Amino acid sequence: MTFQQPKIDTSPKVSDEIRKTTCYMCACRCGINVHMKDGKVAYIEGNRDHPVNQGVLCAKGSAGIMQVNAPSRLKAPMKRVGPRGSGEFQEITWDEALDIAVGLLKPLRDKTPEKLAFFTGRDQSQSFTGFWAQSFGTPNFAAHGGFCSVNMAAGGIYTMGGAFWEFGQPDWDRSKLFMLFGVAEDHDSNPIKIGIGKIKGRGGKVIGVNPVRSGYNAVADEWVGITPGTDGLFILALVHELMKAGKIDLEYLAQYTNAPVLLDADTGLFLRDADGKPLVIDSVTGQPAPFDQKGVRPNLGASYEKDGKTHSTVMARMAEKYLDPQYAPENVAAKTGVSATKIKTIAAELARVAFDEAFELDQEWTDFRGETHQKMIGRPVAMHAMRGISAHSNGFQTCRALHVLQILLGTVEVPGGFRFKPPYPKPLEQHPKPHGKVTCNSPLDGPHLGFTHGPEDLMLKDDGSPIRIDKAFTWENPMSSHGLMHMVISNAHAGDPYKIDTLFMYMANMSWNSSMNTRGVIDMLTDTDAVGNYVIPNIIYSDAYSSEMVAYADLILPDTTYLERHDCISLLDRPICEADAAADAIRWPVIEPDRDVRGFQSTLIHLANRLGMQGFVHEDGSAKWQDYADYIVNHERKPGIGPLAGFRGKDGDKVGRGDVNPDQLNRYIENGGFFVAHIPEGADYYKPWNKAYQDWAVSMGIYDAPSPYLFQLYSEPMRKFQRAAEGHGDRQPPEHLRARVKHVMDPLPFWYEPFEDKAIDLEEYPIHALTQRPMAMYHSWGTQNAWLRQLHGTNPLYLPTKIWDAHGFKDGDWAKVSSTHGTITVPVALQAALNENTVWTWNAIGKRKGAWALDENAPEANKGFLLNHLIHELLPAKGDGLRVSNSDPITGQAAWFDLRVKIEKAEAPTADQAQPAFPPIKSPVGQGPDHLEWKVGK
Amino acid sequence: MHPAPSVIIFTTLSGLGFGLLAWLGIDAAAPTGWAAFWWFAIAFALACGGLISSTFHLGHPERAMKAFSQWRTSWLSREGVCAVAALIIMGLYAAALVFFGAHIPLLGWAGAALSLLTVFTTSMIYAQLATIPRWNTPLTSLLYLTYAVTGGALLSGRVTAALVLLLVAALVQLVWWKNGDGAFAARGSDLGTATGLGARGTVRSVAHPHTSPNYLMREFIHVIGRKHAQKLRVISFLLMAVAPFVLLMLPFQHVFALLAVLSHIAGVAASRWLFFAEAEHTVGIYYGAR
Amino acid sequence: MTDLPTRTEKKLGLVIDLDTCVGCHACVISCKGWNTENYGAPLSDQRPYGEEPMGTFLNRVHSYEVTAPGQTAQTVHFPKSCLHCENAPCVTVCPTGASYKRAEDGIVLVNEQNCIGCGLCAWACPYGARELDQAEGVMKKCTLCVDRIYNENLPEVDRTPACVRTCPAGARHFGDFADPNSNVSKLTAERGGMDLMPELGTAPVNKYLPPRPKDSWDEESILAPFLEPVAAEPKGFLGWIDKQLSRLPGDVKDMEGVE
Repeated sequence: MTFQQPKIDTSPKVSDEIRKTTCYMCACRCGINVHMKDGKVAYIEGNRDHPVNQGVLCAKGSAGIMQVNAPSRLKAPMKRVGPRGSGEFQEITWDEALDIAVGLLKPLRDKTPEKLAFFTGRDQSQSFTGFWAQSFGTPNFAAHGGFCSVNMAAGGIYTMGGAFWEFGQPDWDRSKLFMLFGVAEDHDSNPIKIGIGKIKGRGGKVIGVNPVRSGYNAVADEWVGITPGTDGLFILALVHELMKAGKIDLEYLAQYTNAPVLLDADTGLFLRDADGKPLVIDSVTGQPAPFDQKGVRPNLGASYEKDGKTHSTVMARMAEKYLDPQYAPENVAAKTGVSATKIKTIAAELARVAFDEAFELDQEWTDFRGETHQKMIGRPVAMHAMRGISAHSNGFQTCRALHVLQILLGTVEVPGGFRFKPPYPKPLEQHPKPHGKVTCNSPLDGPHLGFTHGPEDLMLKDDGSPIRIDKAFTWENPMSSHGLMHMVISNAHAGDPYKIDTLFMYMANMSWNSSMNTRGVIDMLTDTDAVGNYVIPNIIYSDAYSSEMVAYADLILPDTTYLERHDCISLLDRPICEADAAADAIRWPVIEPDRDVRGFQSTLIHLANRLGMQGFVHEDGSAKWQDYADYIVNHERKPGIGPLAGFRGKDGDKVGRGDVNPDQLNRYIENGGFFVAHIPEGADYYKPWNKAYQDWAVSMGIYDAPSPYLFQLYSEPMRKFQRAAEGHGDRQPPEHLRARVKHVMDPLPFWYEPFEDKAIDLEEYPIHALTQRPMAMYHSWGTQNAWLRQLHGTNPLYLPTKIWDAHGFKDGDWAKVSSTHGTITVPVALQAALNENTVWTWNAIGKRKGAWALDENAPEANKGFLLNHLIHELLPAKGDGLRVSNSDPITGQAAWFDLRVKIEKAEAPTADQAQPAFPPIKSPVGQGPDHLEWKVGK
Repeated sequence: MHPAPSVIIFTTLSGLGFGLLAWLGIDAAAPTGWAAFWWFAIAFALACGGLISSTFHLGHPERAMKAFSQWRTSWLSREGVCAVAALIIMGLYAAALVFFGAHIPLLGWAGAALSLLTVFTTSMIYAQLATIPRWNTPLTSLLYLTYAVTGGALLSGRVTAALVLLLVAALVQLVWWKNGDGAFAARGSDLGTATGLGARGTVRSVAHPHTSPNYLMREFIHVIGRKHAQKLRVISFLLMAVAPFVLLMLPFQHVFALLAVLSHIAGVAASRWLFFAEAEHTVGIYYGAR
Repeated sequence: MTDLPTRTEKKLGLVIDLDTCVGCHACVISCKGWNTENYGAPLSDQRPYGEEPMGTFLNRVHSYEVTAPGQTAQTVHFPKSCLHCENAPCVTVCPTGASYKRAEDGIVLVNEQNCIGCGLCAWACPYGARELDQAEGVMKKCTLCVDRIYNENLPEVDRTPACVRTCPAGARHFGDFADPNSNVSKLTAERGGMDLMPELGTAPVNKYLPPRPKDSWDEESILAPFLEPVAAEPKGFLGWIDKQLSRLPGDVKDMEGVE
């Protein structure tokens, strides 16, 4: 009996049609090809033409099909009929839902707009949601940046006019040494993976600085298992070594940074000329000159005698600060957990690659002083960091320190280094300042969020009390550019600084994994006053899924999934540009919802129209836009500039600036869902100073006029806040914050101990505790995804060998983990490649029973747990009756990673139920099916 | 390996059944008529019951006929072919005895040979698997054949043969256990060879690919406590060999003979449970288990 | 066929680069997606929203840790799917001929119409590359995307396995090992591509590239000369800057600290 090999069809039909849109499984925003069969989603793959992912797609992206069919999808608007937290809802019509919302919002807008707090979570339309909030007139708007990575974003903008991720990227094609700090698997996930692959493929090196050797650190050629919260110290030790050895790019520092700028010996502010331009000493003349004068050769080491005073340069100030032995590798080794030898070796390798492997591109360019350079000098050292170094109370200064390190090596905006992506670089001056002037029934006086330049920009009332419910832009956190979403519920509950009426949130799981102190937040959301009314009177919430937060809202406005909606990933917002191109993108409904749900942005438009909000309605009260798609095409922020930069003008041939094109969305769809405008050759490096780039940026509508600037090694705005704390000016910090502001607002980056370390007994709580999201879930909305939850359905607490052995842990054991704030009992596992004083777990795996349409015995609701229970939103009391938020004192960034704990071995809890356990919520959407064989084609 | 009841029942019963058939086939004084009917009914019931039971674990039992096709290469296919051949030949042999009172020794001997060959093919399904070093030895075939012949002797009331064979079976079982306990280590597979990373240091599984058990883990990883296993081995050994031996040594009584048979069957079943439960598959290595 | 072909024209397979795999599971889910919708029965999931969810996956990523005395522990992410062995034991054990190795390209496939779901091939595979689908009752395994790699309905550039096409880090490579000049043959030769469990004689076609040496900087630095101090304190440092600036008046290029 001879076997006949079967004939198989090796060319089956793949799909009826491919619809190209933008992924929303996380914040990376890759292009996807959605293969359709019989009108249903059959398969999702990456779009090869897309600038972000170039065809590849991560686990989340490929699992989108399970997000679109998820049983946890909300089905219709709902109003709460049981007590808050019960999960008891009644489905209602959209008309009724909008009536209820308008009934709440209209009186507020008429009389007390600030009593609406509107905060959005994983919002990718902040330019629009912010516009809505501004038009409503409340000062209380922000997205989730405050508890995510504002330190990185603000640290970058204040220092060099842009940061990592959507602001910029390593020069993946030319870098030879890539240094990665902290957990960074979150932002720009596919591009970084592509980039690491490229660098390794060329034989380049990757250095990973992270207490945990997972993910990218697993492939790092050199792993620095640093002690959490000491990155700044480590970086400044590198700065110390490099400066001491003279391995810094003097030419670059002199030309493109404020290193040669003269500091007033009295005030510490810049010496300026009559036009307000910072002064440098010109090497040629030896005389002071404005920094940008044609032909000026700024002298880094000069000093300037005037009126009997010696004014020295920023560089001199830096030499004084960073050559100090406190930053010598030997003196930081114990604190950072990194040996002096290793620090020196890394410094030497940075120097070797930056200078010995420097190269030149034959590319002529002209700088902002009018000087033409024949070549572009490449320094192939690139760095990246994100949440890891951000989420500490010393995170802002650490992020600044990292940028200072990059700048000293001359590796920013040069070939092989770190490159900005349009609309960045963008100097501080080109960003808005915060606004908070409330006028009833009128828009706010400007955008909510922005960048303060000094005390005069703080959002304080005349009596010194905060304008904003989250106390952003106050002395507690003067440069809180993304707001403090993590403080909203706590402050609203405490009525500090004032009570609010309605909390309106979007896609933010505040009653679970998106809050510190989860138990406390649940109690605040359900707390009632003496007469039984909720302390936070009204809560409106929008989400696509039955998240834990749904149960705590009074009115649910159900959102669509990402394949059922319009969106724009706009240059006005957080675009998807690449270092050599401006790009934006859309989402469009590749399938229609099979439920009574609406895209949240369209719902906001419907509300605005009913409220008659200026900006949204014409003079006669008629609506300008029917829905979000209408807005995307027809809204103009300034004449000729709208949400989308591509295919503008009547014929769709205008780029950046141009009239509204009614056919714009179709043009995007034809083009694969995105638009790319390449930066001309010769304009693609040295962007902050490159005339060709500046001119191109103006043509694109990025700036109205060329805006070259110097990198701010020394931050003058910070010095202004510091000076106020020293007793200068009308606006000074309150006494309980004066010393702190003076200390932390150092205009040159420095390192200080995380606040929690100083506030608690480190003998009792010696262990650092961290979280990160697994790559297959980072920034994705919900672990209800049938495929992804199989990868990560439980999350052990990983312990290093030292702690494992000390307590005699074995596989399958449980531990009681306590902080000063709380205790959890959780399963543990051993990880040797881990900082010896650090424990960690995957974040947001743990789910509340009854949420996300999961079985109550789902592993996520059983063994899965949150570390959030151990973290308080406030720092421990100091006995002065005043408590400040557990945040960075400069930006208000939530200091998640400052957490200290102690560990004891524990008995496994009954039924392996991680503690604390919460009673189940009644699922408003029922429970998912018990098996899946998902095949839409025949 | 997951000790699936269907496979334990199959190997236990069909082994006994084919063992009994073998003894019946070579019986020079073969019974006829009703006596023959009952003997063969028992033998066929055991053999077929086992075979039918084995189909319970199939994903598509209705396609079972396809399994006869690959006898050139597949021991499972060969088993099917042999079993059917044995049953047909022994069926003819039995029919002749039962209905015609005719004893055809040639047919009997051929059927007996095929019956034992069936047991051998069954054993080879396991013995061929390099992935399970404990099974991957000719001793496995010896074990299966010894058990079949011993059980057949017991069932067919051949006391002397049974006494001798019980001693042999006991010995083979002990040797098989001893050999099996060192087999996995002797093969040299560990996470070092499984990942190719062994030269760099000790390799340890730090996280499974999925956090809940998957098919592979459920099928191939069955962790059984060492003490528990030892206890079961003792019980199995007592039931399979010691108790029947003692019972047969006692003055003959039908009830003792019946008890000896039942004890033996229970012992074999326990041994088979251990055969699977104690077997470590190389897949377990990847999951940090054995 | 149940008989293994004596030789195959091509030897198609994967190279997996353990030096580059970041363990993101992209390949796992892309595979799940393609093979749920394509070749044979969908890859089913049991209790997809319940206790102990269990689905069929053809590719899974393990995480290992390598420790050696006195050295920094290393983490290695380890994707594993069918290795399309030349001596595929899973093929010869199949009683129905459902499992076979293609003569033209060496891909090991299951013809689901003939599969009785006995599971023996999974038992015979040392690597755990075969999973019995619990809903369909047939054996599922990596097909090397045989319905992609020759698929004329796909653009040529996309005729690679789904896992390779999607891998963000570029840690997966597909090609013909029978061709010594193919990308996979060259990578294997250059980087010392490894077999898994070679002691079992399965002769896997897929190769694994070992991680490159890591953590060499824990020992004494060979880079120390790069950090010869130019100054120990601020004044000396400014003096050094001054010297640098005066050396090449008007053109300070190429003088950043290179002595």
